[in-house]
Amino acid sequence: MLSNIAFYGALETGLIYGLVAFGIYLSFRVLDFPDLTVDGSFPLGAAVAAMLIIAGWNPWLATGAAILAGMAAGAVTALLNVKLKILNLLASILTMIALYSINLRIMGRPNVALLMEDTVLTPWYNLGLEYHQVSVLLFTLVIGATLFLLWRFMKSEIGLAMRATGANARMARAQGIATGGMIILGVAVSNGLVGLAGALFAQSQGAADVTMGVGVIVIGLASLIGGEAVITPTSVFRALLACVVGAIIYRLAIAFALNADVLGLKAQDLNLITAVLVTLAIVLPGARVSLMNKFKRRKA
Amino acid sequence: MANRMLRTLIGASVLAAASFTQAAELPVVAITQIVEHPALDSVYEGIKDELAERGYVDGDNIRIIHESAQGNTGIAAQIARKFIGESPAVIVAIATPSAQTVAAAARNIPVVFSAVTDPVGAKLVISLDAPGANITGVSDMLPIEKHLDLLQRLVPNAKRIGTVYNPGEANAVALVGMIEESMKARDMVLVKAAATKTSEVLGASRSLVDKVDAIYLTTDNTVISAAEAVISVGERSKIPVFAADTATVSRGAVAALGFNYYNHGRQTGAMVVRIMEGAGTADMPVETMDTLDLFVNPEAAARMGMTIADDIIAEAKEVVSNAK
Repeated sequence: MLSNIAFYGALETGLIYGLVAFGIYLSFRVLDFPDLTVDGSFPLGAAVAAMLIIAGWNPWLATGAAILAGMAAGAVTALLNVKLKILNLLASILTMIALYSINLRIMGRPNVALLMEDTVLTPWYNLGLEYHQVSVLLFTLVIGATLFLLWRFMKSEIGLAMRATGANARMARAQGIATGGMIILGVAVSNGLVGLAGALFAQSQGAADVTMGVGVIVIGLASLIGGEAVITPTSVFRALLACVVGAIIYRLAIAFALNADVLGLKAQDLNLITAVLVTLAIVLPGARVSLMNKFKRRKA
Repeated sequence: MANRMLRTLIGASVLAAASFTQAAELPVVAITQIVEHPALDSVYEGIKDELAERGYVDGDNIRIIHESAQGNTGIAAQIARKFIGESPAVIVAIATPSAQTVAAAARNIPVVFSAVTDPVGAKLVISLDAPGANITGVSDMLPIEKHLDLLQRLVPNAKRIGTVYNPGEANAVALVGMIEESMKARDMVLVKAAATKTSEVLGASRSLVDKVDAIYLTTDNTVISAAEAVISVGERSKIPVFAADTATVSRGAVAALGFNYYNHGRQTGAMVVRIMEGAGTADMPVETMDTLDLFVNPEAAARMGMTIADDIIAEAKEVVSNAK
């Protein structure tokens, strides 16, 4: 079944996509803003980091620049929505397709390889760990730090204002919250996280490719919803934890599907499995509640 | 309830990771490809057939495992990890993104790439002649000079050549750049039209009308998927359309000095066999296609307002006929 390396590979990819799930939690759950920008900001982060690393920048600085680029992309989507009154979904689609051209411009070609460059991972290889454990260790630290910062942010005054904006914009405005500004900040931070994920992914996979954003939104959503099904998001901390756990479960499910020759499953079936998993994760918690209600009613 | 589920899941995965390292009785050849696509699929068929012909039969004395990432780099990464975990004899990676993902993860396992146009640009190898590490393979770099020779024989006065390409496809962009270079020496000009999706190919082809003497299509996946659109523009505007692969000739292109992805796979398979029999990758040069067949389509030529000279028809390995 699963070899050690396949297991660590699933953890590694899951941790990176956990950052994507954070971003999607922020836009979808906190702000109620369906944001497809992520399909463009993921390769944007990869492109910016890759080009700067090749230009000789420190990999961490390049990764930081990727976060800023992602934030800028998110801010554009939010501005289209807040200032020009374009429907949020459409605004994000516009930014996403624009980013395809922009990413090609940044890289100058569709694929930029990092295989022979120093990345954020390089110094960690000297720790004496097994090769495939290094990225898991580093990305655990990154996602742990990000989780902590996001958690503190959501509990801060600005974070509370942002949550209020998503929960009830009219009420938030009545309380004196500049809801437009909250949406811009929130969507920017969300895409900054996705840009970070793209930058780390490019560095661990050896290349930035203009096509690497395809389906990021679906995978992020699947992780978010799957995580929420396992860890009920009763607090911000649990919600953030659910993002990480969901992303890892999703990757483990893929790793199992790749290994489940017994069941006759092949990689070709993964898109279908994803769709089924997301549907189940959306439907099941609701079904559980309605079943419980029925049960209670019968008792009464 | 939720916590119990989580515990069970994590428990199951840790158990699986710890205890199920497969005892491989047969040497494994693991083949990963980035997406399912007629050209890439025939590379896979070619590899399998070549291995079988050389006495390496799946399930008999080797085990072939094959996965496609369906265009998703996240899945490609996991496929690479899965393969490395199986300690295969050779990993074959079809197309650039798959090859890079495997290269990033595989340390000591020999890797053979296939259908990669620019392996040096993709940083898979340091040089074509001496790859230097655990990776080598077959490049689908087109014999551009030979193609241009043929084009000039067929349309001697052609100076401005059009091409449609997808700026998002690494292989296509590399090719277009090299074609432009080769054309400079011949006093020809390449007129480029970009199409990022198959639905844009028709519009891009139309933009070439009145600007070019002929159209030359590379092995760009997007454009070849919609080759009929280019061909119909060629027929209506009397601009001959030439292709880089022979399959497009039977779809109505004038001629191609053949690139055939099945044979490309056969050549890749031969390389795999040499590695299985003990050859090292570090000093095994990257190969390019060694068999080129001329395919011509005189009826398509007539529809595009030109005739193919008899001596060229006589040279052709195949004279395709598809009268409409």
